[in-house]
Amino acid sequence: MTMKRDQMLRALARHRTDEVVVAVYRAANELIHVDPSELNYTFNAAMGQASSAALGIALARPDRRVVVLDGDGSLLMNLGTLVTIADAEPANLLHCVCSNGTYETNGAVPVPGVGRASFRDLALAAGYRDARRIDSLEEWDQALPELLAAAGPVLVDLVVEPGEETWPDDFRTLHSTERRDRFIEALAGGRP
Amino acid sequence: MTAQARAPLSAAAMRAQLDRAGVRFVAALPDITTSEHLLKPMLADPAIRVVQVCKEDEGISICAGLYAGGERSVLLMQHTGLLDSINCLRAVGIEGENPVCMIVGLLRNEPGVPPSHSPRYGLRIVQPILGAMGVENELLEFAGDEERIGPAIERSYERRRPVVLLVGGEPL
Repeated sequence: MTMKRDQMLRALARHRTDEVVVAVYRAANELIHVDPSELNYTFNAAMGQASSAALGIALARPDRRVVVLDGDGSLLMNLGTLVTIADAEPANLLHCVCSNGTYETNGAVPVPGVGRASFRDLALAAGYRDARRIDSLEEWDQALPELLAAAGPVLVDLVVEPGEETWPDDFRTLHSTERRDRFIEALAGGRP
Repeated sequence: MTAQARAPLSAAAMRAQLDRAGVRFVAALPDITTSEHLLKPMLADPAIRVVQVCKEDEGISICAGLYAGGERSVLLMQHTGLLDSINCLRAVGIEGENPVCMIVGLLRNEPGVPPSHSPRYGLRIVQPILGAMGVENELLEFAGDEERIGPAIERSYERRRPVVLLVGGEPL
């Protein structure tokens, strides 16, 4: 089974309150339309680095929940991040991997290891507190309240495919430093 | 005064500069130049949080995330790790306008000999690469050079630009 990425994002938006969401590539491009928020961090212009940026935010702001929407190709480019995150033990970090099996932005070429490598198993072996694989919208929707409250780091491997609704790639917006500055202001504004 | 006669860098003075600059987090991958007297004491010090990374480019992004969350940090690594992180430095540090402050040990550098004149290719290319990228960098080799760390960190945060502090001799 798989779920449509836009529906996956809409479910997250329904359950989201004040969480920071760090996202990459197509998930980021769709997130800014499905759930526009000053707390969306999409300024990940080096592939594979989103979870590392998310770790920094989570360590700086342990009072805030940080959700990262990574990609499978992106995570493969920075697999050591699993060990780094597990070692840092950010209790407020939920690491989601949008697994579509391809480098979708770069021509939809398959990623290596599809059907063999398990992000769930890799995360657990690295020392994450919990990890699971979710391939249905219903299960994702039901699990979200628990996942957004769980002590992290937790990884969720989300099996997704392109959604019904798509938007043109807009990296100028995703990587805008002006938007990033608004993110910083919004996050600082919520400081206790 | 010859290089041999000059006192080495002080690890305690370097750490004091970090404290004065408000640095509370250090991302690090061990570097033989700074491991013994700078990194190891920080690992044992609860006043500063060391995040050990598996690869240096992670550290650049962690520092950017910490900045977004309102914290100051530095990345401690060897020059080989800097060379391995050029794309991340380009994207996250420069184009992303993030104040990523890096303390970079120059493996097998000979204090008193400019790295650009080193017989080692890997050392010779470091400053020209940083220059081509427009990244401010300073060479720290002897006692007294530590005092340039704090101001360099302040400039980095004011300008939202990366800065690289090259450590050319082992701090003791």
